[in-house]
Amino acid sequence: MAAASDEALQGDQLADLHDEARRLMTICNACRYCEGFCGVFPAMMRQNTFADGDLDYLANLCHGCNGCYYACQYAPPHEFAVNVPQAFARLRADTYRRYTWPGFLAGLFQKNGTLVSVLMAGGIGLVLALIHLFQPAEVIHGEHAGNFYAVIPHNVMAYSFGSVFLYAVGVLLFGFWRFRRDTAPSQADETALSVAGATHDALVMKYMGGGGVRGKMDGCNYPSESFSQVRRVFHQMTFWGFLLCFAATSLGTVYHYVFGWEAPYGYTSLPVLFGTVGGIGLLIGPLGLIYLKRIADPNVLVNAQRGMDTGFLALLFLVSLTGLALLGWRETSAMGTLLAIHLGTVLALFLTMPYGKFVHAVYRYAALLRNRREQKR
Amino acid sequence: MKGLPEKVDVIVVGGGGAAMAAALTARERGASVLVLEAAPKDFRGGNTRHVRNIRYAHDAATDFVTGPYPVDEYYDDLLRVTQGNTDKDLSRFLIEKSLDAADWMAARGVKFQPPLSGTIGLDRTNAFFKGGGKAVLNAYYATAEKLGIDCRYEAEVMDLKIEDGAFTAARVKYQGQEQTVEARAIVLASGGYQADIDWLKEGWGEAAEGFLIRGTGYNKGRMLRVLMDHGAETAADADQCHAIAIDARSPKCDGGIATRVDCVIYSIMVNRKAQRFYDEGEDIWPKRYAIWGRLLAKQEDQIAFGIVDAKANDLFMPSLYPPLKADSIRDLAGLLELDPDALEKTVADYNAACRGGGNKDREFKPGVLDGLSTEGLSPAKSNWAQTIDTPPYYGYPLRTGITFTYLGVKVNKEARVQFKGKDGRTVSAANIFAAGEIVSGNILGQGYAGGIGMAIGLVFGRIAGEGAARNASN
Ligand SMILES: Cc1cc2nc3c(=O)[nH]c(=O)nc-3n(C[C@H](O)[C@H](O)[C@H](O)COP(=O)(O)OP(=O)(O)OC[C@H]3O[C@@H](n4cnc5c(N)ncnc54)[C@H](O)[C@@H]3O)c2cc1C
Ligand code: SF4
Ligand code: SF4
Repeated sequence: MAAASDEALQGDQLADLHDEARRLMTICNACRYCEGFCGVFPAMMRQNTFADGDLDYLANLCHGCNGCYYACQYAPPHEFAVNVPQAFARLRADTYRRYTWPGFLAGLFQKNGTLVSVLMAGGIGLVLALIHLFQPAEVIHGEHAGNFYAVIPHNVMAYSFGSVFLYAVGVLLFGFWRFRRDTAPSQADETALSVAGATHDALVMKYMGGGGVRGKMDGCNYPSESFSQVRRVFHQMTFWGFLLCFAATSLGTVYHYVFGWEAPYGYTSLPVLFGTVGGIGLLIGPLGLIYLKRIADPNVLVNAQRGMDTGFLALLFLVSLTGLALLGWRETSAMGTLLAIHLGTVLALFLTMPYGKFVHAVYRYAALLRNRREQKR
Repeated sequence: MKGLPEKVDVIVVGGGGAAMAAALTARERGASVLVLEAAPKDFRGGNTRHVRNIRYAHDAATDFVTGPYPVDEYYDDLLRVTQGNTDKDLSRFLIEKSLDAADWMAARGVKFQPPLSGTIGLDRTNAFFKGGGKAVLNAYYATAEKLGIDCRYEAEVMDLKIEDGAFTAARVKYQGQEQTVEARAIVLASGGYQADIDWLKEGWGEAAEGFLIRGTGYNKGRMLRVLMDHGAETAADADQCHAIAIDARSPKCDGGIATRVDCVIYSIMVNRKAQRFYDEGEDIWPKRYAIWGRLLAKQEDQIAFGIVDAKANDLFMPSLYPPLKADSIRDLAGLLELDPDALEKTVADYNAACRGGGNKDREFKPGVLDGLSTEGLSPAKSNWAQTIDTPPYYGYPLRTGITFTYLGVKVNKEARVQFKGKDGRTVSAANIFAAGEIVSGNILGQGYAGGIGMAIGLVFGRIAGEGAARNASN
């Protein structure tokens, strides 16, 4: 199996992943001891048979907390060899590949660690080359009191990054649509309530708390057998850090176009505050997650996915680091170069978003939606 | 690999719920404790690995039980299921001592959950473990490690040195090598003997060959035998045990909870001769859970087949192994290797008795005793007697699955093993304690109340650990 998950899967191998998940869900459904851990088991109990789409859904409802692995009376070396988090991690990684677009880029998922580095180098190189092409050296290395647009005109920045960003969003939405088509046969009865519910579950990371007894959360068995909230904390830092940085950029755009207030904004302005706080979250969160991954139990970890996860996290960290550096030195002659480096990492982030770990957010949200809808019944 | 210590205060034999309750208690009272578990680490904890809940007395609802379960009610339930076949004094004592069971476990890291699916109907009387028994054991062992308890795996106790009713040393096979460990007290929490088929034959005859063992394969009763050889008094008969109907295709040992099949009440159960032999609809399945294991044991080859049609197949918990499936009763008989004519006749007779019954006003209602019974059929089906006529038809092969045996050593309220003295009078062992399945016969002369196994392990385990620690400090 390990070898199978190192390549983009298709045909027989994919059938294997589904068959294994189906085998496990049949055992779990006859056992049900883990129903208190997460959303997967109650969701599983709503049905007796599992189509491939159901399994893709359940795999994305699993957030790999490992609770059910350590608690399993049938974990290997028992002859039933039940390892739900591992089987689901493999299947999940495979849904990321199957539902992205265009198909041929799907293979890039596997080599994502490498891909990210290449794109980043390329991105930085491209931005540097472009400004060297259009700007004289004294502009690049001059002091501009934090005015980025002196080096790269606002429109150039807005249009180039805007279009890459829109491309990424387009691909992600397309993946979302296709995943839902295959995994949520009854989406017709989607209600505002289920959307709100799923959004809530996503924002508070409901299931990551370990869903203890009526609100008493004791966390996940990650990175080891003992219970801990540490992964949730790092994940929240990453998630909210990302959203804050995104909010900072959006707010800047509103300031620019709606109010005509041009950057640079003061250190205490909202966009800079959001960016700074979010940026700090994006330093600590991804680093923490990478560290946890390194020390996590090898019996449940899926190695093939590691490059993809780490590549994305490293990129988030670098985007944040270069962004904060840019903020710190924006009034010096290093600004031009720092700007190029930062924009290069951002470019790489946008380009790899639909082909890396980021997509888990998309399919997980789709899974939470179906989960909420079915809970209503 | 570190060798075993030569001498400790307390040896605990076993690695399940009873053993860990004893070990934690003894250590908390200051004794040095050596836990000897025959199984490798991955399979530690015996039958406790497979449990789901504990039945304990409590005065009020909590986060994990939906209502009070007073001592008196528990006691009445126990008298009913055992039909009075119990040491009444000790039973009442057990139940009173179970009052703080959940708190004690929670304080040692065990996590509970409300019974979310509510399929079992024990949500008032029993507390459910989050993740089941293996999670309980993980919590116990983590706490044991923190307290400095020495736990050894693949450490099978082979024999005990007992002189004048007092224990002095244990002979242990540890990772292939035999060694003697001395101790001031010993707690035997080594489970029943259900994994020793030859011993089972003493109670069941050759039928025992056809049994499957639901739990660990390491409970072979060696310690029970040693104690009996030294003249320990026993409780319960050799044919008493907890047994249920499980899928005939299950592993010989350790199949655990997932191998049970819940089809019985909605099915007709036929034996090798394609004949019915007992009222399938006598009561709700969980309450009659335990009787079918014994019924199957008495059938030819210890096997029977639950037959349902498409109408009924979705009414019970999905099973681990897919049922055999056919479009006609004849074809199903072929798959089950039964005489097709005989099975057709059995189904036809049954169907006629369903339709012909004077139950026109009764409606089929799954999940409650619906009173929809057969008329003029023997044995009758007293509830859920709905015709079997809608293909496809499904067949579930079922066998006796032994959960645990009851025959064990007699103990007193201090969990001290009772020996027959020279003059025929009973004497309490000076420093030999027992807990869990190995003493279950004191409480369970027959029958079973779901979740009481863990209570027997916890209560007697704690008392044994306390007594053993006291012995060690004297
Ligand atoms: C599938 C299944 C489900 C169950 N569900 C429940 C439930 O929900 N609630 C409930 O109350 N009860 C349940 N039971 C019964 C329950 O498991 C027991 O009553 C209880 O856990 C027994 O605990 P114990 O410590 O006495 O024995 P065990 O947990 O079986 O421990 C005995 C230990 O002794 C070790 N051992 C045996 N011989 C030796 C030796 N010579 N040397 C060293 N070690 C030895 C074994 O390896 C084992 O670790 C269930 C049983 C099964 C099989
Ligand atoms: S993971 Fe194991 S213990 Fe949990 S429900 Fe599945 S089979 Fe049961
Ligand atoms: S690993 Fe955690 S989230 Fe995934 S199925 Fe198991 S308990 Fe649920």
